[in-house]
Amino acid sequence: MGAAGVVILAALIITSVATIAVIPVETLQEWNNPKSWISYPKAAVPAWTNAVLPQKIPEHMMLDDPAVSERAVAVDGAAGTVATTTHEFAVDYEYDDFPSDFIYSFSAEYAGSPLLEASVDRPDGSTVLLLSKALPYLAADREGTEGRADSGGGGAVHSERVFSTDSTMRKNIAMQAHSIYRYDTSGASTEDVLFSDATDGSVLQGLYTFRVTVSSLEGFDMLESRLVVGGKAFGIMGTDELRRDLAIGLLWGTPLALFIGITVAVASVVAGLLYGVYAGYRGKKTDEAMMRFNDVIYALPALPFLIILSVTVSNSILLMVGFLAMFGWVGVAKVARSMSLQIKTRGYVDAAETMGQSRSKIITRHIVPQLLPYAFASIAISVPAAITTEAGLSFLGLGDPSFPTWGQILHDANTFGAAARGLWWWMVPPGVMIAITGLAFVFIGNALDSIVNPRLRRH
Amino acid sequence: MGLKKYAATRVATMFGVLMITLLITIALVGSNMDSILKQGIAFQVRSEITENPATAESFTSVEEFEAFVQEQIDARTALLGLDEPWYSPQRIGITMYKIMLLDFGQATFITSDSGSSDVREIILEKLPRTILLFTTATVVISIVGIFLGALAGSRTGSAIDKLTSSFAVVSSSFPVWWVGMIMIFLFAFTYQVFPARATPEILPDEPGYAAALLYHMTLPLITIVLIGFGAWAYLVRNFMAGIMQEDFISAKTAIGIRRKKIIYMHALKNAAPPIVTILALSLSGSLGGAIITEAVFDWPGMGRLYFEAITVMDLPVIIGATYMLTVFFLASIFTADILYGYFDPRVRTSS
Repeated sequence: MGAAGVVILAALIITSVATIAVIPVETLQEWNNPKSWISYPKAAVPAWTNAVLPQKIPEHMMLDDPAVSERAVAVDGAAGTVATTTHEFAVDYEYDDFPSDFIYSFSAEYAGSPLLEASVDRPDGSTVLLLSKALPYLAADREGTEGRADSGGGGAVHSERVFSTDSTMRKNIAMQAHSIYRYDTSGASTEDVLFSDATDGSVLQGLYTFRVTVSSLEGFDMLESRLVVGGKAFGIMGTDELRRDLAIGLLWGTPLALFIGITVAVASVVAGLLYGVYAGYRGKKTDEAMMRFNDVIYALPALPFLIILSVTVSNSILLMVGFLAMFGWVGVAKVARSMSLQIKTRGYVDAAETMGQSRSKIITRHIVPQLLPYAFASIAISVPAAITTEAGLSFLGLGDPSFPTWGQILHDANTFGAAARGLWWWMVPPGVMIAITGLAFVFIGNALDSIVNPRLRRH
Repeated sequence: MGLKKYAATRVATMFGVLMITLLITIALVGSNMDSILKQGIAFQVRSEITENPATAESFTSVEEFEAFVQEQIDARTALLGLDEPWYSPQRIGITMYKIMLLDFGQATFITSDSGSSDVREIILEKLPRTILLFTTATVVISIVGIFLGALAGSRTGSAIDKLTSSFAVVSSSFPVWWVGMIMIFLFAFTYQVFPARATPEILPDEPGYAAALLYHMTLPLITIVLIGFGAWAYLVRNFMAGIMQEDFISAKTAIGIRRKKIIYMHALKNAAPPIVTILALSLSGSLGGAIITEAVFDWPGMGRLYFEAITVMDLPVIIGATYMLTVFFLASIFTADILYGYFDPRVRTSS
């Protein structure tokens, strides 16, 4: 059991370290910023469900690495040569349903008014022209529409997002429909027509090539080019209603949970240990007074108070850790006191006292080390409670909303009615993570406990 | 120390704790409460004047009108004793005295099902439902737990023992409210066996309310029992395993008393004191956890009332509910203490 706990804990720590090292910290800071999740799908199932289900749910594709080819053509009668830049996105579409939409976003630096053409090569060999339009005129050395500063490439920057709901695109497709499709496409949305079989309008699987060609007379530099084919399946863990990638949330939740659990456990065990040992060592009136105070804290109902504290004082994650520790030290103090009562009667403590050692030295040198095994066991055992309590408070909406803790993710899931809507991938993983983390510490704690209290081992 | 003296010191400590709890609660919400009440008075005065145009027209200047409004507000503030700060000893004394007599005042937003906004009535309406759900759950948990634990503890190392122990460890790692969410997802939406909201659709005074309440109670009850009985069984198992190794059990086995009789009559009887004590404690613990569980299942009890009061900052309800939760918590700690002291006289003399 103890070994299993150590293995799970090691896995969690490795996950935490990897998360902090590999995943950019912006994803944590931007967790609640809808703008940074805009190209992600809404409430998408994990992509691996396609391996299990007979019907293949369209996967969300975010392609930002197109095949680029450039060409310069001399044109008669024009002042110079026309430079064309072509970006090709290969979309291997093997799903049983239409995509929900597609969005092409780009930002480019240019001068003049280049021509943008977008077309799609379908698996059946036909080509559909989506768009052919002139980009807005930009004079040299002017700021772009997005306000981005000129990087000195001879023009200004223009950013645009072309949606599949674009009315021009719709008209273009309607005009070409009779030559490609043999069924009535009127009324169907652009993405449904584009990905449909020419004969009956069902989904046509195969390789689609999205081609964006820009022709310019005065120089053109594509800075960013991204095609998003909207789907209903995404990533390892899916996404939530606010389009956030749940895998990233769950990963960030790991170091957060370990931080909360371990900090609370260490703080409360250390505080309880020192309090209990001091009370036990001093004895008499001090002990009596300190234990009465201990009784008071012990009898306070923790959860109602934590709720009031988080509402009236602050719900910042650091203060919550402090509040949790405030209620956590009591039990440890009781045990530490009775253990130190026993230890102080031993000969070597008497000897140290006779030698005139100071009180603090006796406590730290002679009594506390005896209690360390017990302290480690209690730390391990009190971690799960701290994690679950924090998760519960976050679940009630009283946690720190700026961090994606597992409780916070579950709170969002509950708010958006994940249970009613069957969004299991939003509800199940955070709870399982809470339980696994708790289990690791319970295993370790039990193993340590049976070392500390050998009596328990005889069963 | 005799049991009576022991009980008396415990009562004194508990009363002290109750007062401290009240003080802390008042200290935490007091300043908010004052500003809300003062805003209410200002709003009341102004709306009375707008409703009665004759008063407004009798003033010659704006300053005079504003002075009149301020005078009215000050008079009413003084009438309610709000001119002194909330931390003045007199006001705290009055508030605490009132609360001890269960006079919690009027709720700001929340009303009871019958429409009353008297906090005491609201609490008296919600409290029996919480007790119904959580006491039933605790009773079921302890019965299942004691029998399973006795069975496992009498055969340590057997398959049933290993199963019970691992189920206990795994089940207590999951938060109850999360299991509640999953149960709602499974049994209210995927397979529509139970209602998703635990609040019955009909009003308490209509016929069939009791049946509706019981039907709505089933899913939360199953959830709480499912998560709770493992830990109980594990606890009983550990007590039993210890007792089964005692000499008197070996003696009884040796003289040929049936195994079943030994387990349930003799061993369980000896494990009873700690079990009863923990039962008393777990009753209170279940009430504390009620806040989140009731919020998940939308069970119309104290926990949900507390959560709603916190969400809309209905301070009289928060104070009243905290007080009642603390009273129950302390009552069960007290019961556990007394039972423990009764069963184990060493406790009484230790301090």
